[in-house]
Amino acid sequence: MNDSKSLHSKIAKTVREIPRSGIRDFFEIVSSREGVISLGIGEPDFVTPWHIREAAIQALERGVTSYTSNMGLLSLRRGISQYVEKKTGIQYNPETEVLVTVGVSEGLDLAVRALIEPGDEVIYHEPSYVSYNPTVQFAYGVPVGIQTQKENGFRLTRAELEAHVTPRTKVLLLNYPNNPTGAALSKKDVEEIAAFAIEHDLIVLSDEIYDELTYDREHFSLISVPGMRERTIYLHGFSKAWAMTGFRMGFTCAPPELTEAMMKIHQFTMLCAPILSQEASIEALKHADKDIAYMKAEYKKRRNYIHSSFEEMGIPCIRPDGAFYAFADISQFGMSAKEFALKLLDEENVACVPGTAFGKCGEGFIRCSYATSFEQIREAMVRIARFIEKLK
Amino acid sequence: MNELLNLLKQNALESPENLAKMLGTTADDVKKQIADFEKDGVIRAYQAVVNEEKLDASLVTTVIEVKVTPEIEGGFDRIADRISRFPEVDSVFLMSGGFDLLLFIKGRTMHDSFSFVSEKLSTMSGVTSTATHFMMKAYKQSGIIMNTGDDDERLKVSP
Repeated sequence: MNDSKSLHSKIAKTVREIPRSGIRDFFEIVSSREGVISLGIGEPDFVTPWHIREAAIQALERGVTSYTSNMGLLSLRRGISQYVEKKTGIQYNPETEVLVTVGVSEGLDLAVRALIEPGDEVIYHEPSYVSYNPTVQFAYGVPVGIQTQKENGFRLTRAELEAHVTPRTKVLLLNYPNNPTGAALSKKDVEEIAAFAIEHDLIVLSDEIYDELTYDREHFSLISVPGMRERTIYLHGFSKAWAMTGFRMGFTCAPPELTEAMMKIHQFTMLCAPILSQEASIEALKHADKDIAYMKAEYKKRRNYIHSSFEEMGIPCIRPDGAFYAFADISQFGMSAKEFALKLLDEENVACVPGTAFGKCGEGFIRCSYATSFEQIREAMVRIARFIEKLK
Repeated sequence: MNELLNLLKQNALESPENLAKMLGTTADDVKKQIADFEKDGVIRAYQAVVNEEKLDASLVTTVIEVKVTPEIEGGFDRIADRISRFPEVDSVFLMSGGFDLLLFIKGRTMHDSFSFVSEKLSTMSGVTSTATHFMMKAYKQSGIIMNTGDDDERLKVSP
């Protein structure tokens, strides 16, 4: 009974059959090395702005250590509601339509579990954030990944969507600006996707965590399209634009029926998000506009630098519109993304993530995060250029 | 502030080629902008931010508050200019509040600073009083935190 094989057979089949994240494998290899320059990190290199950290310290000093309401502190939900309205023009009632979650990851899990019955299909785009496919599978749903194309800048097209919809399709899951490709959608792209969702009566989960980090134009939210508020769960959080990953703060905005359904799962599994993180987030919403603008300006300069460096090297790379990732096409070197990443690590001590960690169609690409200091990026680009010179 | 100036304030040694890549322009354009800044006196100099504590023979920094009698014509400018010309004077600022000029003096020893105050500064006509403070330690200087132990705590690879 206690040998590992029989224990393995006790593990739920759904869990057993989902492979380990490709990121985790790679992480273990990178961690065993010294002096690595990592372009593999999916979180800001900035520390949370000091005034936000201080709000958490002050809350701790005041002895704020209790549970909060399941939905989250009302003052925070009010702040979130105002923030979303300012960004999108859409109002959500803080009492019934805003739910504070432990990161967007929890929000996504709640949304999927609240909606999906076994066999229901969820359309999403690949490459995608690593948790999308498994989250759907954990809920016994069927993930239907659309392989987006480099030629379309990794944006979803109406034709691709139409080709994948079936009578079992219930949910469309989107993440733009996108991790790992850096793709963002124009207003017209968003309107086309919205028209598709309305025509097929789908619920849309729109993960817009990177919306503040859109570089060359204003982000246009899916919920701003008339008719979408009614059928969308808007997912957002504080990790990226406020550099608060470790606080684990996310939120959902959705009509009362959907919020209540997610809330049911949240109250029994999570109870509430940590109160200190909620206190810090109240401060973040009030006084961080300047911090966000500063960090965004820094990312933009690095984006420009990394993109033109790849171009100079003759490595095709779509100019990322948003987030903080460059998705570089290394297919010309005749090796898999994983082989390329391992060889680069071995020879030049630069870590980047093979595109295949984000879906099969990431083959031939590597994800290079520019959420790292300019000095590190500059040195990494020198090393990558030297590396590919040897390959040519 | 101008984006290029911001980048130069962070690292004045960055090459025009790299600056151009970050700003989405050409190296020639960056060189021209820098030349214009220099010509117009916007950029006055390029200096290293030195952590004096790491040097064997570090300099003593003295901060002096100075009260002066402004002149009928010229106000504070003429006396401030005279004080600025002493090589041991690192910085001179005109302040609001309880005194007029704030001076930063660099010397090899406390005695150097003392002789400057007693022999040159206090004897200058127009100077009515001085208050001298010795700087103990620099924690942050010109926007740079002097303690270098800010290791990256993040996981080396994450989704």
